[in-house]
Order: sequence, then C-alpha cells, then structure tokens
Amino acid sequence: MFNKKYTIVKNEEVIPGHRLMCLNAPEIASRAAPGQFLHLRCGDGQDPILRRPLSIHFADRGRVYILYRIAGRGTSRLALMARGDIVDVMGPLGRGFTLPAPGERVAVVGGGIGAAPLFFLLKKIGKIYGKKKDMVRVFLGASTLAMVPGAAQIRKMGFPLDIAADDGSGDFKGTVVDMFRKEAKNLALDRVYACGPPPMIRALAGAVGPDPAVEVSVEERMGCGVGACLSCACKVRAGEGEGFGYARVCTDGPVFDLRKLVL
Amino acid sequence: MNFAVNIGGIRMKNPVTTASGTFGYGREYAGFVDLNRLGAVVIKGVTLLPRPGNPTPRIAETPAGMLNSIGLENPGVEAVIEKHLPYLARFDVPVIVNIAGDTVDDYVKLASRLDKAPGVAGLEVNISCPNVKKGGLAFGSDPDTAAGVIREVRAATRLPLIAKLSPNVTDISAVAESVAGAGADAVSLINTLLGMVIDVNTGRPALASVMGGLSGPAVRPVAVRMVWQVYRAVNIPIIGMGGITCAEDALQFIMAGASAVAVGMASFVNPRATMEVLEGIEAYMRDNNVGDIKELIGIAHERS
Repeated sequence: MFNKKYTIVKNEEVIPGHRLMCLNAPEIASRAAPGQFLHLRCGDGQDPILRRPLSIHFADRGRVYILYRIAGRGTSRLALMARGDIVDVMGPLGRGFTLPAPGERVAVVGGGIGAAPLFFLLKKIGKIYGKKKDMVRVFLGASTLAMVPGAAQIRKMGFPLDIAADDGSGDFKGTVVDMFRKEAKNLALDRVYACGPPPMIRALAGAVGPDPAVEVSVEERMGCGVGACLSCACKVRAGEGEGFGYARVCTDGPVFDLRKLVL
Repeated sequence: MNFAVNIGGIRMKNPVTTASGTFGYGREYAGFVDLNRLGAVVIKGVTLLPRPGNPTPRIAETPAGMLNSIGLENPGVEAVIEKHLPYLARFDVPVIVNIAGDTVDDYVKLASRLDKAPGVAGLEVNISCPNVKKGGLAFGSDPDTAAGVIREVRAATRLPLIAKLSPNVTDISAVAESVAGAGADAVSLINTLLGMVIDVNTGRPALASVMGGLSGPAVRPVAVRMVWQVYRAVNIPIIGMGGITCAEDALQFIMAGASAVAVGMASFVNPRATMEVLEGIEAYMRDNNVGDIKELIGIAHERS
C-alpha cells in the first residue's frame, strides 16, 4: 500500500449527485484488485479531518477511478476538486473479491452506488471468461433507470445486464434483490458477488439460497484504514451457534463471505 | 543534539511515542513508519480476557476531531504476549503495554503477568477509559481510588508504571499528585474527553454507545493546559498527548512540561505523523540551537 499525493485527471458528474474521479496513480493502478478501496483526504484542513474510504471503481494503465456519491461533508469537498488538483491517497487497501474460475456460473448484484466496485470486478471477470460472458449475469438496482451507474459500459463489455428500478423505468419494478430472487431460481449459480447498502445485503442473505459462494462488500465508518483503530468493526460468526466477534472492515474486508457475517 | 529522555525508567531515544489505541500493535503502521525510530510504542489497551468491544457505529467525526467508543476491543493479555509482543521485539524500541481492568484485581493480575513477559519496557495503567461500563474512568476520576489502583499495581511489578489520566475531572493535579504518591513513575495525559454527537436526520446519537471519547486537534488546548497544571503539581515525568499533528503541537506540550509526547488520531490522517513530528522537533532544535531536548521541557513556566 502507498500513501502519496496524486494528481486528479478528471472529476466529473456522471449521474446526478455522483462523480467519477480519475487519478494518475501508477503505483496503485498496477496493484489494485477489485473490491479494494482508497482512503482519501478531502482537503488539507482539519475539518473534515478523517479520511474517506472509497472503493476502487476501476484501475488501468496508471490510472485509478473512483465513483462516488456526494453524501456528506467529505465527499462534498472532493466534489469541488478539479483536474490538476492534488489528493492525498492511501491505497490500495483491504481484501477484495475472490475471482471466479472459468466455467463457474456467476451473478453480480449491485444496489445504487454499490455498483461502483463491481465494474472493476466485471472487467477482471471479462478477461477470465473471454467470449463466455453469458455465464455471468449482472443485476443492478436504483430508484430510477437514470441513476444506475455504468450501465452502458457494462453492456458494452458484453455482460447480460438487468436493471431494477423502484419507479418501473428498468427491466423490473422493485428492488434489485427481488429481481435477483426471481431470476436466480433458474440459474444454478456457483458464485454471487454483491455490494450495496446494509438493507440490501440483509435482503440478499434471505434470497440467495444455500448453494452459491457469496461475497459482499461491507460499509462501515472508518478511522485509520489499516486495522489499528478498530473503528470499522463488523460482526462475524465465531465458533458454533450464536457466538460472534468483530472483524475489521478495512483489513479483514471490506469483502466478506456473506455467511460469515452476523447481519 | 540529544533527544533522549527517561520516562520513569523507560529510556527513550527521542520523545515521540504513540497514543494507546491509535497505533494498533505497531505492525499496522510498520509499512509507513520505521518503528526503530520511535521513542517508544504504546500498544492498544489490553485486558485479562479477550473483549469483543462495543457495537457500531463506534466513531463519529467532529470539528477537528472525532469521538470514539471502541470499548477496549482486544484479544486478551495471553494473545498479546504470544502474538504481538514477539513481533515488536524485533525492533529496537521500548514497548509500553496499556492495561485496563474492571476491578483492581484485574490490574494486579495483568501487571504480574506482564512483569514476567519478555519485551515489556513499562506499563501504562489505563484508569481513564470513558468507553467501558466498569472500571476505566471510574478508577481515574477520584484521587483516592486512582491511588488505590496504582498502589496495588506497584506492589505487583517492578516495571515502570505510567498512570494515564482522564481530563473528565475537576482537578487533574489532585489525581496526578495522588498517583505519584502511590508509586507511579510517570503520568500520561490526556485520555479522551467524554462527548456526544446527535444525528439530527434520525434524532439518534451518532454512536451506538451514545457517548464516546473526543480526541484530535479540537482537544489540544485543554490537553496543553492540563499538562501545564500537572507539571506544577508533580515531579515525575509527563507524557503529553491530545491532538498532536505536527512538531509545533508537540513542542507546546514539551514547553508546558511534558518530557515525551504521544501522537494519536493524527496517525489515522497521516500514517507518518509520528515521523513528521520527530523530524520537526529535530529541525526546531537545530534552528534554535537547542542542544538537548531537556532544555525545552517546561520552559513556558519560566516565561509566564
């Protein structure tokens, strides 16, 4: 992992309230894996003081991309930055997704901005699967079709994509997990990858069935990003029965086996 | 130039150390910081038995600071001795173990266990954690109770003892005098200030545990003031901490009377913060022809 200052190549609104930031960060780009994240300072000052963890949307040829929702004081500051500005970045941090073996039947499920890290995952899966991308199904959900990030690019990569929108503007009216539940019955899935808000992850746990391996990316408020402060704790099963302990989202995750999580 | 300081028998090659709970067990930051260059490493608070810690959210950002309520999550003293101390023993740096208990007996057992463990340079007795139901702050908020813990721990170990003091008291000098009288070799201050944040969108406290400890630059003036007061009250060395982000911050504590300083949440923001503080102190001494760091300790008292 690195802690360096990197130059912003672009920082543009891609859908309302969401921006795509591209950083010229060769050290990070060459080592980043899908599901890992960057820990960014949102300016030089002491307010906001903490870094913000943002998942890597994509990395290629010396550049790293993050797709983020302007949600609070930190991301509002990030949104004000422009091409040529410098950002202090730690990364790549955390443990990412386990890539599938060729031939495994895969579903990728994203809710809202949770789709951000799945784009990088799909790029890697695309390389593994070559022309067999029809063995991969992609399910994304948002309030309305226009709020689904990266849909056109995912189709361009050759993956079958289904979109759930609350307002009926997508392929399915309702939540992405409801759409997944309906489709997954007939898919004999080996692996499911998911990222989204906690209610979506909880719903998915009830919808996914016992067979596929399921990995999800978990969100929690984070301090150090390197496993020292124990702020970003996440409840995981320990031993048999009701026992639990806490794992660190920043270093044990952010990607976890869904069945190990206490939701 | 001489940077070495002696904190109640712990010989530190320079005055820069880490605040317990903000630097893990050292290894978390070893990719950013050469641990050999630190004056000492103070590790995360340890209890007799493993503790899972508090529910989440455990932190909330505040203006120039943060609230935390981790709840002393740790794997217990045996795991720390087995897993973490041997790692740190590879480095040429004194290791100070922060100990926390629910009862006086817990502190005594921890001290006698760690007394026999290799690789421990000293104990920081945490009588000031605001985030646990029993023990912690309850021991540190009354001078007599605080002295009682230190006296019992003193009898259980020959290791240097540092009493970590809470700012959540009316008169920190009284607690400092009391623990010094009970056999503490040094004091460290301040632990976090008890605070609270409410999320107005939900109407709920931002932390699952409702209240938490405030740290970061926001608390620094309070911490400098308390170091100043404690320096006047006791003759044992002080480790100063509270919102140190750079050498200038650290020098304020040293000039107020701290013989050493601990960098806390600044490491989260800048993982090299300890090194930058150290390099900045060195530069200050060079620029001001200060030959020995000890010349700076408490000088503000002579100039007030």
